[in-house]
Amino acid sequence: MFDYETIRLIWWVFIGVVAIAFALTEGFDFGIGTLLPFVGKTDIERRVIINTVGATWEGNQVWLVLLGGAIFAIWPAVYATLFSGLYIAMMLVLFALFFRPAGFDYRSKIEDQRWRDTWDWCLFIGGTLPPILLGVLIGNLLIGLPFHLDQDLRPMYDGSFWGLLNPFALLCGVIGVLLTTFHGALFLKWRTRGDVRDRARQAIAFLGPVLMFCMALAILWLNLDIERPEITSMAGRAAASNPLNKVVTAHGPGWFSHFLKNPWMFGAPIMAFSGMLMAWLLGKGSASDRDAFLFSSLGVVGALLSVGFALFPFLLISITDPNSSLTLWDASSSHKTMLIAFWITVIFLPIVLLYTRWVYKIIWGRITEKTILQDSHTLY
Amino acid sequence: MSGDDIVTLSRLQFGMTALYHFLFVPLTLGMTFILAIMESVYVMTGKEVYKDMTRYWGKLFGINFAMGVTTGLTLEFQFGTNWAYYSHYVGDIFGPILASEGWMAFFLESTFVGLFFFGWDKLTKVQHLTVTWLLALGTSLSALWILIANGWMQHPVGAEFNYETLRMEMTSFADIFFNPVAQVKFVHTVAAGYVTGSMFVLGISSWYLLNGRDIGFARRSFSIASAFGLASILSVIVLGDESGYTSGETQKVKLAAIEAEWETEEAPASFTLVGLPNQEAERTDYAVKFPWLLGLIATRSVDEPVKGLKELRADNVKRIRRGMLAYDELLKLRAGDKTPETRQAFDAYKEDLGYGLLLKKYTSRVVDADEGMIEKASNDSLPKVAPLFWTFRIMVASGFTMLFIFGMAFYYCATRIADQKRWLMRMAVWAIPLPWIAAETGWFVAEYGRQPWTISGILPTHLSVSNLTGGQLWFSLAGFLIFYTVLLVIELYLMIKYVKLGPSSLHTGRYCHEAKGVPSHAN
Repeated sequence: MFDYETIRLIWWVFIGVVAIAFALTEGFDFGIGTLLPFVGKTDIERRVIINTVGATWEGNQVWLVLLGGAIFAIWPAVYATLFSGLYIAMMLVLFALFFRPAGFDYRSKIEDQRWRDTWDWCLFIGGTLPPILLGVLIGNLLIGLPFHLDQDLRPMYDGSFWGLLNPFALLCGVIGVLLTTFHGALFLKWRTRGDVRDRARQAIAFLGPVLMFCMALAILWLNLDIERPEITSMAGRAAASNPLNKVVTAHGPGWFSHFLKNPWMFGAPIMAFSGMLMAWLLGKGSASDRDAFLFSSLGVVGALLSVGFALFPFLLISITDPNSSLTLWDASSSHKTMLIAFWITVIFLPIVLLYTRWVYKIIWGRITEKTILQDSHTLY
Repeated sequence: MSGDDIVTLSRLQFGMTALYHFLFVPLTLGMTFILAIMESVYVMTGKEVYKDMTRYWGKLFGINFAMGVTTGLTLEFQFGTNWAYYSHYVGDIFGPILASEGWMAFFLESTFVGLFFFGWDKLTKVQHLTVTWLLALGTSLSALWILIANGWMQHPVGAEFNYETLRMEMTSFADIFFNPVAQVKFVHTVAAGYVTGSMFVLGISSWYLLNGRDIGFARRSFSIASAFGLASILSVIVLGDESGYTSGETQKVKLAAIEAEWETEEAPASFTLVGLPNQEAERTDYAVKFPWLLGLIATRSVDEPVKGLKELRADNVKRIRRGMLAYDELLKLRAGDKTPETRQAFDAYKEDLGYGLLLKKYTSRVVDADEGMIEKASNDSLPKVAPLFWTFRIMVASGFTMLFIFGMAFYYCATRIADQKRWLMRMAVWAIPLPWIAAETGWFVAEYGRQPWTISGILPTHLSVSNLTGGQLWFSLAGFLIFYTVLLVIELYLMIKYVKLGPSSLHTGRYCHEAKGVPSHAN
């Protein structure tokens, strides 16, 4: 059906789609966790906030699970190298995620202020730490990671956890959490009324400009200070997946010329900034909540596409042994596996989207204090 | 810290987190089906009490489900974090399996679980019932796909080693899907989950009946659990026997170790009921044997012999020698000699490449192994007998005890005198931990019994680990220990609190505590 080169490109797009779906949906779940202790002053306000995502956060989290699973299945070398190399960071993401299911489900099961306050802070950690760490991860993907593959293709990491916390990556971490919080505030404003909605609006007004400033700073920094490697020879885009069959020079012509070579790529950062700008302009006032949220979704899509385009065709850049870098042409599963996984996805993705849409339609509506009081023993 | 310690700590962490995850999974599997059955009765009869049952047992299910979600994430992370080389080796096989699991199962259960809890007033009766059934379907489907992955690790079919990419690659998805080991494992495991749910409902309902509270509610729950439990425990036992048969075909070593069968016995082999396995002397002391039984289980015949551990080890020595030849050819291929002769020679031996890799523990070059190393590697190729021997017997004993309880409960329900049998109800309360004991020991038998392999005959466990330091592993182990202990305490606290509250936690005004006018502060 598709040749090896085409299916490799298709899966790069698919995994991008899963990553974007994760950022869009779990993005606002995370943001709501971050905002919870600040936007909700009373217990009932906090229950309003939590219940805006109460019925759907579990489904949203599957995009993260699917992202991990898809990388394992389609780019096994990336999964093996990234997860083992960034061991401590991955464990921290995992531990932070532990706070969420119990936080959502157990918080309102006991009527005790201390119990509930504790879980609120747990939800805060669970919503704040992962986007910071994932932002730091993206920063390091752009800088490149210290790793090499040995003759058996066993990934060996040459750095430490502290090495990940360099200034550029930390800036990306800040962008990560600003992005989810901004996106979350827009969602919250759309789903609530009264004081909670008002405070969400204030958050939007404040976060928008900070976010756009940090994004601009990161782009400048990347162009001025960070090297982009270049593939000088490789086995071919349809060759068997062995990352060691290529030569990579560490000092390429740079990120800007990479975009100039493919000018359509500029669409992504433009989309990111215009989306965020529109979301901010609409969100800080009393314009349509839905439109503002859709613009910030556009901004999230643009931001992630920018990273994907910038790295293309790299998946993981190695700074200690550039030849060990992983690309979508030499770190993938076999042709057959990718084809079968493709058909499974093509059949089931639309079904998933259809019933997810149905579920959202059923539970949609603004959550107010009255909603909570009516259903106090069922809701979170 | 030596490489061996990294392997040991990684195994400890994986075993610990997987067993912990498996405290919650069987209950989820079982409860979703019981909820779907209860709600079906509600929709068919229109009796409110069945709705209350669905909602109350649903609350307990929810407390458990949150933990299942939490601990399931760990496993997905852990293949990459701790078993990087294994991930590289199997990624190609797991591709379609994980894609199926994600799209068909995870989204189904996770999308509908929210609606199950919050959709009661927003959906029609039939719509909500559909949601509950889809939730049950989703949980069982996710068990299906992960057990197909696990079945492949036990019995790797439909794949071959590719010398260019240095990993296993899929040759037939159908072979992987219809892998007999995977299919049997799936039914055995989900049925064990249904048993867990049934025992949980049966035990707690018995406790209400013994205390004379919420009688109508508890009696109905008791009878649904007894019927579903009996059907499920029968499938577990029949399919457990079936997995004895399939492992006789493909995993002879595991079966021989479970049986502590050191010497090949003449057909029909007898079954060691109990005894003291002695690894050093390679014999079983004080063995009590049951004639013919093992031969029947393992070969379904009375004339085929069942191979003992000593003979299996001798077979493995031959395979290790062939594995060395395979590795020698692989080195040539990797060095760039891709002539048809070399490829042919490699293909001739590559089935046993994994046995050659067992030698990596003693010499990284493999081909220069001496007789002493080969002997050590052949000893490694057998798992330790005593842990398997005992855990297997604990699992089986728990299973038959539950068969007795469900059988009695079902019989007395059918004759409508169940609530007069206080001994049975007391027994049901005390039996609540049994399905967990059986499930955990069953996991142990399946996974420890596969040692020294992560992928049976293909990739040894000691090669599968990530290149980590002791410090990293102690950090994660400490993290898991702290989080998992705290979470378990909280979960049990909530579970017990809600069991004590019973259906009064629904605030319908119809149940114990409420009728007496005792105010309840719980939600």
